[in-house]
Amino acid sequence: MKKLYLLDDAIISPLGFSTEENIQSIREGDSGLKLQQRPEITENPFFTGIIDETLLNQAFSEIGSSEKFTKLEKLIILAVKLILDKNKNLDPTKTALIIATTKGNIDLLKEPGGFPENRLKLSELGKVVANFFGFTQTPIIVSNACISGGLGLAVARRLGNSEKIKNAIVVGADLVSDFVISGFNSFQALSTKACKPFSKDRDGISLGEASAAILVSTEKPEISNVISLIGDASANDANHISGPSRTGEGLYKSIQNALKEASIFAEEIGFLSAHGTATVYNDEMESMAFHRSGLQETPLHSLKAYYGHTLGASALIESIITKHSMLNNELFASKNFGELGVSKPLNVIRENQKKEINYALKTASGFGGCNLALVFKAEKK
Amino acid sequence: MTNLHTELKESIIEQLNLEDMDPADISNDEPLFGDGLGLDSIDALELIVLLEKDYGIKLTDPSQGKEIFVSIDRMATYIEENRTK
Amino acid sequence: MVAATWLWFLKRKRNKMPNQFHIQDWVRVKNGEIFNSEGLVFESSEDKLNPFLKAAYDCFKLEYPKFHKMDGLSKLGILASEIIFRKNKPTEDTALVISNNASSLEIDRQFQESTETFASPSLFVYTLPNIVLGEISIKYKVQSENGFFISERFNAQLLKNYTESLLLSKKAPEVLCGWLDLQNGEYDVFLCLVSKERNIPFSEENLRKLYCAENDKPTH
Repeated sequence: MKKLYLLDDAIISPLGFSTEENIQSIREGDSGLKLQQRPEITENPFFTGIIDETLLNQAFSEIGSSEKFTKLEKLIILAVKLILDKNKNLDPTKTALIIATTKGNIDLLKEPGGFPENRLKLSELGKVVANFFGFTQTPIIVSNACISGGLGLAVARRLGNSEKIKNAIVVGADLVSDFVISGFNSFQALSTKACKPFSKDRDGISLGEASAAILVSTEKPEISNVISLIGDASANDANHISGPSRTGEGLYKSIQNALKEASIFAEEIGFLSAHGTATVYNDEMESMAFHRSGLQETPLHSLKAYYGHTLGASALIESIITKHSMLNNELFASKNFGELGVSKPLNVIRENQKKEINYALKTASGFGGCNLALVFKAEKK
Repeated sequence: MTNLHTELKESIIEQLNLEDMDPADISNDEPLFGDGLGLDSIDALELIVLLEKDYGIKLTDPSQGKEIFVSIDRMATYIEENRTK
Repeated sequence: MVAATWLWFLKRKRNKMPNQFHIQDWVRVKNGEIFNSEGLVFESSEDKLNPFLKAAYDCFKLEYPKFHKMDGLSKLGILASEIIFRKNKPTEDTALVISNNASSLEIDRQFQESTETFASPSLFVYTLPNIVLGEISIKYKVQSENGFFISERFNAQLLKNYTESLLLSKKAPEVLCGWLDLQNGEYDVFLCLVSKERNIPFSEENLRKLYCAENDKPTH
């Protein structure tokens, strides 16, 4: 299968409005998570990573009028704009647009805010973004729970492989809406602390909002250092729609299939970007799957304590950070990690470190029993 | 069997969509989870909502549920002892 | 001579490509009726969603109590896949590629309503369109590639291209793909099983034809 080259990218999050700002924040150990009290939803405090609306509108006012777009649309448009600015000769009529989101504009369900009802529809979200930039191909919208953002990359590679597309912008985005807060609260899955992935005292997730976009191509760019996607696979646990398989069955299978496609062994993976939501069952399941895959020695982190769980955006943000880690030979610490609290040994990164990485693995899992594994390769001169 | 037992069975059947089941099909000491009624983790969360909605009991620790949702008998006793409405 | 060989190669390639994959079987669920390749397999005077689903559940003797706990979208997905998988047992790697217009909006609205009193976890769990892929995977023990796409309308091009990419790259030996939409109680389902087994050639045109056949019929 063809490689999919990862080109320019952008992340819009509480940690910054560009990839560079986001990476600098992570490097310095900053977190976008802040304490929230919402007694009408839950009497317990919880942490969320929310993008300041004033800052967002300020940034957006340079390219469009804020009141015409929803918060999510603005996040997506800003991210895509950053990429188009760096690629002035990219033809939007020949570029595919792949949008990954779980809930889109779901906040409009409670507060329509003057937007027409059909704005709730994800296809409408696709139209708004496509029209803003003049993309003429119908956007491809992936809504596959928390693997959506990473699956968007896999979709681009797969369609690229069969020559249906060549260049694509993959964008992932989700909001912290009352809808998802209420839902995760009803699951008793919200941590009262900033989430602590893989730690013994972890007790649930923190939610976050963000958008991320990346330009990808099946054509090798003329730059000396480049990262590409060389293996991708998803697999369903076929176990439970809201709880992960205890044995990590689907995640294990997706890792095996992705490694096989990339034609490399687990030992060659220099870095593992885990899902690490900090729920008791998720992190435990991941440790089982990583152990079964022979990845227990591989340095790994979860970025959830920096961003919160950004749902449909998370696996794309994490892939972008992985790309830069590979380019800069720099691994970031797994924030809020204390004592290891899973039953299988893992090499969780405690301090930022310099390390040359030739291959990296990104994994994600989500409701509906879905799992995803992506293998990236660095080509450096 | 008390009224509470029957009431509980009826609301469990309704809330958890146990189609084609009668209160008489659920025995008081039968396990609700696993081999008994075959309820799962989502059902357990829904039972927590039921306790709060119908009886004003708030469970803050999900693991508490495990001890309470053992059987209809156990649930009824717990409700009698802790109900606020 | 070289030119002739080249021409022969191209022809062979061109002839081979479009017919490489086939629609092995299909099912259509709409307006109280269920059709498959053999014709009308179920019809109910109840075209409203829940009574219709219950009647179909009884008729096909699904005997799967979990069915009753599912949201409408998942029930429709289980029912439609049952009709296909009964005749064509899926493998562990049969991929699931499903799309729709409304995502999970039907249950989203119900969950939103519940948040005004007590947010319901059993509604929240269905507020993602891909949950139906999980339900199908559980029922038929399929541990395969999953993809849920949202399109404004039935997008034969995307379904064909993505399904074909999974088959060509050997990520799946066969794919259950199609359209599964539910909004305001109206359901519109078309699923088909695509594999190498010879039958209806897998093309955008044939996908559209099968999907539209029901829509084109005069209504009453």
